[in-house]
Amino acid sequence: MNGIHDLGGMQGFGPVVDEPDEPPFHAPWEGRVLALQRAVLFTRTWNLDAFRYAQERLPASVYVAVSYYHRWFLALAGSAIHHGLVTQAELDAGHAHGPAAPVQRTMTLRDVELGKIRSPFGRTPREAARFKPGDRVRTVNIHPMGHTRLPRYARDKVGRVEVVHGCHAFPDAIVAGDGEASAWLYAVVFDSRDLWGNAADPSLTVSIDAFEPYLEPA
Amino acid sequence: MSHDDHDHDHHDHDHGSHLSEVQARVRALESVLTEKGYVDPAVLDQIVEHFETNVGPHVGAKIVARAWTDPAFKAALLADATRAVVADETFGRVGDHLVAVENTETQHHMVVCTLCSCYPWDVLGLPPVWYKSAPYRSRVVMDPRGVLADFGVTLPAGTAIRVWDSTAETRYLVLPQRPAGTDGWSEEQLASLVTRNSMIGTGLALQPGEVAR
Repeated sequence: MNGIHDLGGMQGFGPVVDEPDEPPFHAPWEGRVLALQRAVLFTRTWNLDAFRYAQERLPASVYVAVSYYHRWFLALAGSAIHHGLVTQAELDAGHAHGPAAPVQRTMTLRDVELGKIRSPFGRTPREAARFKPGDRVRTVNIHPMGHTRLPRYARDKVGRVEVVHGCHAFPDAIVAGDGEASAWLYAVVFDSRDLWGNAADPSLTVSIDAFEPYLEPA
Repeated sequence: MSHDDHDHDHHDHDHGSHLSEVQARVRALESVLTEKGYVDPAVLDQIVEHFETNVGPHVGAKIVARAWTDPAFKAALLADATRAVVADETFGRVGDHLVAVENTETQHHMVVCTLCSCYPWDVLGLPPVWYKSAPYRSRVVMDPRGVLADFGVTLPAGTAIRVWDSTAETRYLVLPQRPAGTDGWSEEQLASLVTRNSMIGTGLALQPGEVAR
């Protein structure tokens, strides 16, 4: 969706501020949110892409106002209510009011290692890749209400395929309900002037990782 | 503009009574999920500990130092970073789809996730607040030199800049340039020059005089 999360090329957010010796978490609750997110993800009630989409659907005014882990918390609590793991009344009370709904699995100390590592996203291709390095491509002009990894600044732009990353899980279709969806993934590079006009920094190129459904021959 | 002039809290942090309210709500969520058996607090403790202690930029710094001293490893890293890194268990475990890109005199690389916060956790740990912030995500794809200026970094006008927007599950690690004057340095000494920001592309590796050898 054309949400506030799709920030590339927006102006007016001010300078980037580095924080020397920044700790992993700024408060203990941030670490709890991260751990809760991974442990609940393990139950397979929703997947990582759905969690990202839940963040994207937060009200824009909230998205920009709260800190990163606060945003995670809002997406996590909202998803937990939406999927029936908890109720708002339970969150208000801080205690369970009824029995748990069944989930596929829960994370125990035996499988905590799985909560630390990244899942593989490579998939067995069902068809040959449509593009090869060097091919000129035009990105599609889409504005879906659902989840997409094609940022607005790179829609309807001509670029060049630089790398074929392989066949990967395809988040747009996964969030839309096809859990097995996959697509070829490419690094597609754009000249800065094709993205930002003639006043752009001529020394700049920008690449995105683009799934094959985003691309047409140019 | 110095860092002190900027209202840092405005964009990136909750604070004051608002913070304690979030803290209470997180605690309530954990309590309910625990009482219902969906999560185990002992498991949560271990996940937190992992991200506080095991992973961090020290992992990436060791990889960079190895690439600076071992041409065969560097070639393997640039060809398939996941494969090169998992082949040496001293680097710990990394997931699939890690890509290393090399900074040179003529080409500088920077990494961003404009849509969210994708970042090579396995080799750099958790991303810093600035990496996840609206100022960085909005601007670096359009004005990387302006962003570099915020970090006190100036590149020659002739240096090409590539910004990699991590829009999928590929994760990018920047291999910074090895500083001059480090001939004969050990991998461990070299790793001390490799900052987190130099592996994202918002910084350069430290100069020999900036660290105690």
